[in-house]
Amino acid sequence: MLRFAARRLLLALAVALTVSAIAFMLLRLSGDLATTLAGQEARAEDVERIRQQFGLDRPLILQYGDWLWRALRGDFGRSLFYPESVGALIRDRLPNTALLASLGLLIALTLSIPLGMAAALWRNSWIDRLALMLAVLGQAMPNFWFALLLVFLFGMTLGWLPISGTESFAHFIMPAMALGWYATPVLMRLTRAGMVDVLAADYVRTAHAKGLPLRVVLIKHALRNAVVPVVALAAVQFGNMLSGSVVIETVFALQGIGYLAWESISRRDFPVVQGILLVVALFYVVLTLLTDLLNAWLDPRIRSR
Amino acid sequence: MSEAPLLELAGLSVDIPTEAGVLHAVRDVSLTVRRGETLCVVGESGCGKSLTSLAIMGLLPPAAQRRARRLALAGEDLLSASPRRLRALRGDRMAMIFQDPMTSLNPAWSVGDQLEEIFIRHGKGNRRAARERAVALLERVGIANAGGRLAQYPHQLSGGLRQRVMIAMALMCSPGLVLADEPTTALDATIQLGILQLLAELQAEMHMGLMLVTHDLGIVARIADRVAVMYAGEVVEEGPARTVFTAPRHPYTRGLIDCIPQPDRMAPGQRLGTIPGMVPSLVGEVQGCAFRTRCAFARPECAATVAPRHGPDDHMWRCVLPPETLDHAA
Amino acid sequence: MPGSTPVSAPGEELAAQAALPAPVASQRRPRWRRNAGLIGSALVLAAIVIAALGAPWLAPHDPYLQSLDDRLLPPFFVDAERAMPAHPLGTDNLGRDYLSRLLYGARISLLIGFFAMVVSGLIGTVMGVLAGYFGGRTDTVVSFLVTTRLSLPIIMVALAVVSVFGGSLEVVVLVLGFLLWDRFAVVMRSATHQVRGREYILAAQAIGCSVPRILWQEVLPNVLSSLVVIASYEMAQAILLEAALSFLGLGVQPPLPSWGLMVSEAKEVMLFEPWMIMLPGAAICVLVLAINLLGDGIRDLTVPEGRA
Repeated sequence: MLRFAARRLLLALAVALTVSAIAFMLLRLSGDLATTLAGQEARAEDVERIRQQFGLDRPLILQYGDWLWRALRGDFGRSLFYPESVGALIRDRLPNTALLASLGLLIALTLSIPLGMAAALWRNSWIDRLALMLAVLGQAMPNFWFALLLVFLFGMTLGWLPISGTESFAHFIMPAMALGWYATPVLMRLTRAGMVDVLAADYVRTAHAKGLPLRVVLIKHALRNAVVPVVALAAVQFGNMLSGSVVIETVFALQGIGYLAWESISRRDFPVVQGILLVVALFYVVLTLLTDLLNAWLDPRIRSR
Repeated sequence: MSEAPLLELAGLSVDIPTEAGVLHAVRDVSLTVRRGETLCVVGESGCGKSLTSLAIMGLLPPAAQRRARRLALAGEDLLSASPRRLRALRGDRMAMIFQDPMTSLNPAWSVGDQLEEIFIRHGKGNRRAARERAVALLERVGIANAGGRLAQYPHQLSGGLRQRVMIAMALMCSPGLVLADEPTTALDATIQLGILQLLAELQAEMHMGLMLVTHDLGIVARIADRVAVMYAGEVVEEGPARTVFTAPRHPYTRGLIDCIPQPDRMAPGQRLGTIPGMVPSLVGEVQGCAFRTRCAFARPECAATVAPRHGPDDHMWRCVLPPETLDHAA
Repeated sequence: MPGSTPVSAPGEELAAQAALPAPVASQRRPRWRRNAGLIGSALVLAAIVIAALGAPWLAPHDPYLQSLDDRLLPPFFVDAERAMPAHPLGTDNLGRDYLSRLLYGARISLLIGFFAMVVSGLIGTVMGVLAGYFGGRTDTVVSFLVTTRLSLPIIMVALAVVSVFGGSLEVVVLVLGFLLWDRFAVVMRSATHQVRGREYILAAQAIGCSVPRILWQEVLPNVLSSLVVIASYEMAQAILLEAALSFLGLGVQPPLPSWGLMVSEAKEVMLFEPWMIMLPGAAICVLVLAINLLGDGIRDLTVPEGRA
């Protein structure tokens, strides 16, 4: 287990470093920073002065090291558009995205686990077909389009929910539905496959032979084993939701980091983009690291390696 | 016989639809187990003995169709019992020990939890009583440091230990009837005997009815009160162990007995008996004696339906041969 | 057996149903039913490909031709009275014929989807085969690259790159191609690895056969069905991502008739003209559905007892 954990940790560190380098390069590729900072009407001397002031004339590797060192302490530089620092902007918006993704995951899990279970229990019944249809359809619908359909139905036609903004909890419901819908098919398919396997397992037959109530057999003995991979995937899906939130937050003008990323990309405010990219990618790295370690801990075969 | 037998099974058949046709896996099987009695069901793999025990428990796979004239536990009809009543009986009044202890315990829960839950769910007492019972039984089935084992998970135990845990689990509610489906097949040869001896001891100690499904006739000779020999989904011979072993009336039983190594009665270098041929397919209608294709004594009337014949001591066999034929063959 | 009681009535005991895997006969769908999805999706996909290829002849109008007098005409099924026969599916807010734009839009989706799939397939296959064949350090590097790729948020990176390099078709294809290769790599790696371990590869090496040639001959048949499924999945994925990028204004640029862009342009008027977001959205949905079902269908054909 220790060897596995050490190897996995090393991989995560290497990935984190590479991701940070990619984020750093992105800003450099976006154009000459000194020119951007100086503004369009700046004279050549001003640009040169800024170049020296910000250390942009030094070797790239030094600039990267410097940037990384500051980023590690939470200093991602300044936005070209907002008066706040990038760090402050992200800290300000992150809770909204976290709430959105958590709600989305909650919706996805409450849909996919019971549906996947039912589909596995009554294989080839109408409920299995319905679940399969939902999964196939869910994977084919563009998420922004699904979001707009929600807006049209619940926002405009029925008038139940606000269609844009971040002011209240109600503003999060439709975005969370759209985000959760997107993660549901894959989670449901995995639950179904896991349940089908587990229901055929000898220990489930043992549980029946013990005369346990059906509820106990299905939940304690079957589901408990079937959801382990689902939990792992759910963690990955949570990470995906952070990046999927770009589309959904933009549709609903929800003030999270996804919307901030889209705004900043549109405005070519690359220091902000860089910061968000780094935060989201690092979050994903940490999340998958923890999931892998958790899985290893749950699976005795990996644990003893 | 004043009280009803513990287990009455009459006319059981199990059909499984397959792509090639309906598989008649179990055909017109009748068995009886009395309290304090060990019935051994023997036969080659695929002869329907495991399906018979699953059918008694009501744990057949969904596609398998079960039919029976009578299935009763201590006089209570199981055919008409509600699913709820069946669940109440399973684990409490009848318990089952499965073939593969490596996969029959749930990997996600501790041994203690899996032992205690059956006791608690059947309303035998609280968790504390369950724990005491579990420790006592683990000690009884020969597990050292029983208290410490409760917190362990199945993957931390060896196959032999796991099967002992399975036995303890089956006994948690002191069931009258225990079905053991080839409980040692998946284990190392060196520990098989210990497990079977343990089962035999426990059966006598707790005065249970034990139905032991096995293909090892050597074991049967030691512990069985009665023996049922199954071939191709049918009971071809059934009776008291002593009678069946000393005066078998079916050529298949004879063949099985000749396959048992008997060091004291055999000359060195003498070959063990073998039964040539293969078990016939049970898909579609099966006519006449299924063993006739492998039988040295087969005659034309074997192709017709063979009615069961009866001898003294509840001895039953399905063979057209005159009873004395096989005595000379010994 | 007269007098017998059937006890395994349907639904009698869920317990038993759940206990063991069922034999195949009663559970299997008949063959024609299984192939129905394959045939249906192939037909739909063929129709979309024909529509895309034949757009210049099939489209009733120039998809870029604006007509300020004929703005926001409804399709015939929304409002038969106001609809014009010349514009069966109506016109957008610049008076451009919606049917023509939808037909031309199919070109963009198919083009980007197909080429992004080809690019990602090439990258992933090369990486996977290298990792599987050489193992060791190469394998470590490839699995590191896969992990790195997975940790990059696709949409965000794609948006940023497009905004740096501009939203041309080539850029979108390349960006998506470089972001969607991970599955190809994983599958090709394990397939190559399996074949690599077999004795006849050693034997072939010993008698001087070209190993790449053997790999090609041995690996390809083994992975063909999973490769088809992944290819269909990644193509569908690329189409969805292109639509999302264009919807967000950082993919295909106007006035090109990308379906995602059309949804975005219709957003402002969706309260009054909801059909305008329905049509292009449904078009994406049908195309992606057809591609996914085609992939599943081919998989089911090649893998006899595949699990869904």
